[in-house]
Amino acid sequence: MKIIIAGNGKVGVMLTRQLSAEGYDLTLIDANHKVLEVSEEKYDVMSVQGNCASMEVLDQAGVREANLLIAVTNADEVNLLCCMTAHGMNPDIHTIARIRNPEYTEQIYKMRELFALSMMVNPERRAAMEIERLIKYPGFLKRDTFAKGRVEIVELRVDAEHKLCNVALNDLPNVVKCKILVCAVLRNGKAIAPDGNFVLREGDRLFVTASTNTLTQLLKQLGIITHKAKRVIICGGGRLSYYLAQLLLKNGISVQIIEQDYERCRNLANLLPGASIVNGDASREFLLDDEGISDCDALVTLTGVDELNMIISLYGSSCGVPQVITKLGRLENNTMLDSLDLGSIISPKELCCNTIVRFVRAMKNQTGAALAVHLIADGQVEAMEFLVDEGTKYCGRPLKELKIKKNVLIVCISNGVRLQIPNGDSSFEKGDTVIIVSTAGKAIYQLNDIFEN
Amino acid sequence: MNYKMMGRFIGYILLVEAVFMVPAMLISLFLQERESCRGFMLSVCATLVIALALLGISRKSKKNFRAREGLVCVGISWIVMSILGALPFYLSREIPSYLDALFETVSGFTTTGASILPEVESLSKGMLYWRSFTHWLGGMGVLVFVLAISSAGAKNTGFTMHILRAESPGPKVGKLVPKMKQTAEILYLMYILLTILNIVFLLIGRMPLFDAVCTALGTAGTGGFGIKNDSMAGYSPYIQNVCTVFMLLFGVNFSCYYMLLIRQVKSVFQDEELRLYLGVVAGSILLICINLRGFYATVEETVRHVAFQVASIVTTTGYATTDFDLWPGFSKAILLGLMVIGASAGSTGGGFKCARVLLILKSLRRNVRKILSPQKVQVVRVNGRMMEENVLENTNAYLSAYVIILFFSFILVSIDKFSVTTNFTAVLSCFNNIGPGLEAVGPVCNYGGFSGFSKLVLILDMLAGRLEIFPILILFTKSTWFRH
Repeated sequence: MKIIIAGNGKVGVMLTRQLSAEGYDLTLIDANHKVLEVSEEKYDVMSVQGNCASMEVLDQAGVREANLLIAVTNADEVNLLCCMTAHGMNPDIHTIARIRNPEYTEQIYKMRELFALSMMVNPERRAAMEIERLIKYPGFLKRDTFAKGRVEIVELRVDAEHKLCNVALNDLPNVVKCKILVCAVLRNGKAIAPDGNFVLREGDRLFVTASTNTLTQLLKQLGIITHKAKRVIICGGGRLSYYLAQLLLKNGISVQIIEQDYERCRNLANLLPGASIVNGDASREFLLDDEGISDCDALVTLTGVDELNMIISLYGSSCGVPQVITKLGRLENNTMLDSLDLGSIISPKELCCNTIVRFVRAMKNQTGAALAVHLIADGQVEAMEFLVDEGTKYCGRPLKELKIKKNVLIVCISNGVRLQIPNGDSSFEKGDTVIIVSTAGKAIYQLNDIFEN
Repeated sequence: MNYKMMGRFIGYILLVEAVFMVPAMLISLFLQERESCRGFMLSVCATLVIALALLGISRKSKKNFRAREGLVCVGISWIVMSILGALPFYLSREIPSYLDALFETVSGFTTTGASILPEVESLSKGMLYWRSFTHWLGGMGVLVFVLAISSAGAKNTGFTMHILRAESPGPKVGKLVPKMKQTAEILYLMYILLTILNIVFLLIGRMPLFDAVCTALGTAGTGGFGIKNDSMAGYSPYIQNVCTVFMLLFGVNFSCYYMLLIRQVKSVFQDEELRLYLGVVAGSILLICINLRGFYATVEETVRHVAFQVASIVTTTGYATTDFDLWPGFSKAILLGLMVIGASAGSTGGGFKCARVLLILKSLRRNVRKILSPQKVQVVRVNGRMMEENVLENTNAYLSAYVIILFFSFILVSIDKFSVTTNFTAVLSCFNNIGPGLEAVGPVCNYGGFSGFSKLVLILDMLAGRLEIFPILILFTKSTWFRH
C-alpha cells in the first residue's frame, strides 16, 4: 500500500517509524530538507521537499497512485488544503488530517463530510479524553478500552507494600477475588509474558485484562482507595488543558489552571467560566503550595516543556498528591523514566499515531483486520481486538486443543452480554470479539495469524 | 563499529560471488578446459568457505548500522571481492603472478578494462567469460544486487541508503520508489533487459554466441575487456555500430529509463544532464571528424571509427576499433577531455560524471556573477530545481579529492621509466575506469610493463574511481577505526 505522509514533525516521524516497520511504501513531504534527510537515512522511505498543498509537490510524491495521505503538518489549514488537493487529483485516495484548533472541534464532523476526509485526528482532544478517564479511575497508570468499552487492559504498578507484591500468578484469584488475567509484566524495561509460577516483585508494572465492571472491585480488593476526584490542578494552559478542563467541568470536578502568559489566561478565563485560572509560573513551589497542591485530588502537568512537567510532577508526588499525570511531548524513552515518580504518562503524539496506525491496518486488510490495536508496556506488547467471522479457523474448538503461536495470548472472548476471561475449555464462535495480546512484536494482522501453521 | 553486521553483509556478498563463479566453471567444464575448471572449483570452494565462516561468526549480530559502517562495508567488500575474484586466474595458472591476477580482477569489477595480458586469445573460454562477467557485476554494483535479492533492504532501516549512495555514482543519489529493495530490483531488471537486447542485436549481426555474450556483458558494465587481441576491430561495421549505440545507452542515467517506463517522456528530454551528455558526444564526434579529414579512406569509415571511439571513451568502456594513438594531437586532446568528463551519474560508467561537470560549471558561473554583484543572492538550479548548498560543497570537495589523487598517483607511477604521457594517461584511464590510455598504454598495448608498485597504485586508483573516492579514502582514515 502506498502512503504519503505530509509533515515530518514529531507525529510524522513516529508514524514513519511505525509504518515503515510494517512494510508500507512511504513517501514523506516536508518543507525542510534537513529533517527529510534524517528520516531518509534512518528509514526505508522516499522524500519530496516542498509545500505539501501544492499540486506539483503532490504529483512528485506520487499522489495519483497513492492509497492514503496523512497530513500532519503543524498548520490545520495546510493539512486540510493538502487533503482536499490530493482528493481533487486522485478521487480514490483516503485522507487523514490532523486538526487541533479548538475553534474547529465543533464542526469537525461537518468538515469531514464537506471535504471528503476519511478521518480527522485531534491529538490534544484524544489526550484530554484519556486523562479524563484516568482521573475517573485513579489507581491505574493507563487504561486501554476494547469491545466497545466493556473490556479494559489496565496498568498497575506493584509497590513494596502492595498486596500483590511477592504473589505468584497462580494465587492471584485468591488475593483479588475477581476474574482477571495478567497478560504482560514489564520488569526492568523488558516485557515478559508470564506463566502461572511467575512471582510479582516490587517495581513490576502489570497489564491486567478485566471487564470494566470488575475494575472497581479490583481496586477495592487491592486496597487502593478510590474516591471521586473533586479538585484537579492543571499546570500549563495550552489546547490540551482547555479540552481537559472542559471535560472535567462537565463532570462537576473543580479545575485550577496555572498558566504563565497573561493574555492566554484571560482567553482561558473567557472560554472556561467555571474554572479558576491562575496567572503564574507553575515551576515555583510556593505558587503550587498557595494553590493547595497538598490536598488536591489530582495534578496534571501539561506545559509545553517535558522537563518542567517532570519536575512539577515529582514535586506533586512528594507532596502526596494521590494522582499525578505527566504529559510528555518529545520524550519517548520510558524505560529511563520508570524509576521516577511521575505517575501516569500521557503522550499525545503516541495516541495520535496509534489512532492513525489502527486506521491504516484496517484499510490494508478490510476483512479480518484488527478492530482496535493498542500498544502497551512501552510499545513492546500489542493488544488487539478481532471479530470472528466466516474466515476464522477453529470456531467452536476448545482453546486447549489449538496450537497458538508462542508469545500470543487470548485474554478475552466477548459476545454481546457474555464476557469471559478464557481458560483451556473456552472457545470462540462466529460473531464473537476476541482480544489477544502479543509480545512477538510483529506479523499479526488478522486473527488467523495467531495460529501455528 | 558493528563488525558482526559488516561481516554478515560481506559474507552475503561473497556468497553471491561464489554463485556467480559457477556459470564460468560450467563453461570450462563443458569445453573440457581442465586447468581452468580446476581453478574455478577451488576458487568457488575457497569463497564459499570464507563466506560461510563469516556468516557463521556473525550469526547473532545487532541490527544497528550507521553511515560509517555502510561506507566502510562498501569499501571492504569491493576489496575482498576482488581478492577472491582473482583466485581463478591465479589457481588455473593462466595468470601466473597473483598481483597481475588481482589487477585484472579489479580492472574487471571496477569496469575499467585495463589488462596486463599481452594477448587474450590464449586464455580459456571460462576465464574470458569470468573476466567479462566481472564487468557486468561491477557495473551496477554487487551490493545493489544483494539489496535486490536479500531482505536486508526490507528491514526497518535506512542504512541501505548509505550503500546505494556509496556504490551508485553521482552527486545526488536517490531512490526510484520508496522501498530500497524495489529500487534495486527495478535497476537490475532494466540492466538485465538492456543487456539481453544488446546480445540479441549482436546475434543478428552473426556474432558467435559466446562473443556476443561476453561483448554485451562488457558493454553493459561499460567495462571494455575484449575477447580478441584487437578488441572490436575485427568485427563487422554493423556489430561495431551496435556497440557504439549500446555503449552510449549504458552511459545514460538509469533513472531516465525508469522515467520512460512510467511514461514521463517529457522530463527525460528536459533533463539537463542528458542534454549535456549527448551534446558532449555529438560535439566531440563532429570536431574529431573534421580533424581527421583524409585519415581514413571514406567518410563512412571515419564517422564509424570516431563515433565508436568517442562513445567508448566518454562512457569509460574502453573498447577500440582502431588505434587512436595514431590520431593527430587535437583529436587525442579531445579524447583526454572525454576521459575526465565520463558518463552520466546513475549509469554504469565512470569518470567525473556529467552531472558534476554541470554543477561545477553552474556554480562557477554563479561565483563569477557574484564578483560583479556581491549583494545579489543567487541559487544554482538544475532541471529547474534549486540545488542545496551542501550538494555543491560536496561536488567541489569531490573535485579537490579527484585532482589530488590524480596528482599523487601520477607522481608515484612516474617512478617507472615511462614517458609522461604514458604515466599520466595510465593514471587517468585507471582512475576514470576507462582502460586504454595513450602511447605505451594505448589501445593496442597493455599494462603488463608496469612495476608491481605501480600496479598496486593503479589498483587503488581503479577502486577509488569506481566507488567515487570517499568509500576508499575513509578506509585509510584513522578516525574510521578508532573513536576519539
